[in-house]
Amino acid sequence: MDFWFSEKHTPNVKISIRIDRQLYSGKSEFQRIDVFDSPEFGRFLTLDGYMMLTEKDEFIYHEMITHVPMAVHPNVKKVLVIGAGDGGVIRELTKYHDIEQIDMVEIDPLVVEVCKKYLPQTACRFDDERVNIYYEDGLRFVRFHENEYDLIIVDSTDPFGPGEGLFTREFYGNCFNALKEDGIMVNQHESPFYDEDANACQRAHKRIVESFPISRVYQAHIPTYPSGHWLFGFASKKYHPLKDLNEVRWNMRGLSCNYYTTTLHKGAFYLPAYVEELLQDVE
Amino acid sequence: MKKLSQERAPIYEALERFRKMRVVPFDVPGHKRGRGNPELTALLGENCVQMDVNSMKPLDNLCHPISVIRDAEKLAAEAFHAAHAFLMVGGTTSAVQSMVLSVVKRGEKIILPRNVHRSVMGALVLCGAIPIYVNPACDEKLGIPLGMSVSDVKKAIEKHPDAKAVLVNNPTYYGICSDLRSIVKLAHENNMLCLADEAHGTHFYFGENLPVSAMDAGADMAAVSMHKSGGSLTQSSLLLAGPAMTEGHVRQIINLTQTTSGSYLLLSSLDISRRNLALRGKESFAKVIDLAEYARTEINAIGGYYAFSKELINGDSIYDFDVTKLSVNTLDIGLAGIEVYDLLRDEYDIQIEFGDLGNILAYISIGDRIREIERLVSALYEIRRRFSKSKSNLMSHEYIDPQVAVSPQEAFYADKESLPIRETEGRVCSEFVMCYPPGIPILAPGEKITKEILDYIEYAKEKGCSMTGPENPDIERLNVLKGV
Repeated sequence: MDFWFSEKHTPNVKISIRIDRQLYSGKSEFQRIDVFDSPEFGRFLTLDGYMMLTEKDEFIYHEMITHVPMAVHPNVKKVLVIGAGDGGVIRELTKYHDIEQIDMVEIDPLVVEVCKKYLPQTACRFDDERVNIYYEDGLRFVRFHENEYDLIIVDSTDPFGPGEGLFTREFYGNCFNALKEDGIMVNQHESPFYDEDANACQRAHKRIVESFPISRVYQAHIPTYPSGHWLFGFASKKYHPLKDLNEVRWNMRGLSCNYYTTTLHKGAFYLPAYVEELLQDVE
Repeated sequence: MKKLSQERAPIYEALERFRKMRVVPFDVPGHKRGRGNPELTALLGENCVQMDVNSMKPLDNLCHPISVIRDAEKLAAEAFHAAHAFLMVGGTTSAVQSMVLSVVKRGEKIILPRNVHRSVMGALVLCGAIPIYVNPACDEKLGIPLGMSVSDVKKAIEKHPDAKAVLVNNPTYYGICSDLRSIVKLAHENNMLCLADEAHGTHFYFGENLPVSAMDAGADMAAVSMHKSGGSLTQSSLLLAGPAMTEGHVRQIINLTQTTSGSYLLLSSLDISRRNLALRGKESFAKVIDLAEYARTEINAIGGYYAFSKELINGDSIYDFDVTKLSVNTLDIGLAGIEVYDLLRDEYDIQIEFGDLGNILAYISIGDRIREIERLVSALYEIRRRFSKSKSNLMSHEYIDPQVAVSPQEAFYADKESLPIRETEGRVCSEFVMCYPPGIPILAPGEKITKEILDYIEYAKEKGCSMTGPENPDIERLNVLKGV
């Protein structure tokens, strides 16, 4: 039997992963949810047919979206996580003992339920007593919070579908408002490579630049995402992602990572020329 | 043949049958199922261009319907509780004009509210009828024109017993309804017909807890914008007639100005939309109402904005309110509606229906989802945070009493001269001046120009309203009647 999962990265490019078996398929109010086992990438989750995470490479994404801001902000107590129903970001955040409160806002309860059952590798720390889960639209949630969070992590899906509202000016503006005066927002920033993704990436950057005084972009290599070259946004009211990086402080924590190092942190902000240009066009 | 029922869509079904026949076209349109225009086909899709066909026996003819179009009209009449329904392809403008032209001719009077759509004024220029304006009341706080009060209509009828008809907006652009049942009764008691401009009222025929529809209120004709809340393609519309109207007469009037090449894209969209509304309209509009109510609650919770609704009802000039309309007054955040309208588009990529001096209107329809509502609410929240000013220098009065000096037709065709706008005070205007949207005339042909009007035009221009109508596009000059 030849059983493959395929995802179109563009109308003309397709990536396929051989499947052992499908563990789950269901449809929530918001999207179709599937979980597969594969020989190469282990277990993986897709939403509406788009790859969300695989057991093999999820560490890259989750470490890079979490530890970069955590190594910059000196005193994170209260964190808001938008999306992140797979639990990967929560897993990384709970490694920090000085964080006091983690509010997670996920629109789709079924994603959390499915991940708890099938993806224990990421959905392993939801029961941490610091974690509060709110099932609602992130765009609505932030509207009701002002000057409250030290860090907001936007772990959204793509800007087509239920995650669309999380790529908007109104969302970033409301995040700015929900952050304390030295707060940081980090977001999943799409890929700069294929035209349509690059366009979404550029639009998101434009809107963040308009909303925050400091707005920089960093990169990581994520094999199962379109083109493998992925970006994150670092938007901040006060701290600079490189000038305010405290390597000693972070390394003293003794956290074990497989991708993130404070050296890589510095390198991640040095972008290819075409990406610099793409971003500068809207700055 | 299967029995005609609301599950059917006769025009759409005929198009499907026709497609399967694979008829070789040696008739117009010349793109021949799109083959002659591959770029257009790539843009619109093959299904779409293949449906763009000519009138012919299997597909009937809009000018003289005897088969599938007639059937579609019968079903539409049934769905809208009308005696006759006419499918229209020239927009609701053409439906409104055919409606007016069906009931008044040169020199005859028609009673209407000043806040009629420009299409009504156009009809008066075409037919030479004389407008008798009933001043709609104005809400001072919101700065919007309201409905006609029954007593004002009564006064107009008593003063002009020879008038042929009364026209009513059901509802206005802002969702406000007059007491249509009483006005119909009053008109009929005085041997006048009652017409309704229902450009914004298609859903009244299908939703629950909505204002009364024109046909149910006993009106004689109604122009219904299916393409607005009904979901059909832009430019498709319906003209409805009650039992007092002669079908053949109305058809003759329609055929004076309507195309002889009615688009089957538009016709089938009317057919399919009517079927959808008849079968699922009740649930769909219940959802629309829920979305609008949710949006109102959230917007009112922001503070500074006032999303108004049924609390405005006063039993007369606001007899009822269409709760699907999301109208929001913005004056308390120190911004004109038109400014918020521009900010929503330029800063947040959100296009709403219109902004006037004090209000915005977001159109909520069967195509909306909660996530888009969240975006709108969040953007309004952001606009208040980033742009709000202290409340000042905002003119909230939008209604100016017109002084009709000569009939619109006479003024439109009279000898005229062009003057710098500030020199036109006291003269008779020969053209329209419209603040668009919402497209309500500030001046119409035949009306006297006053200082108040000139100040208002200047102010609206300053605030960025799009002013249209005059020959001079920047409205630096106006055409006035010579020697009057």
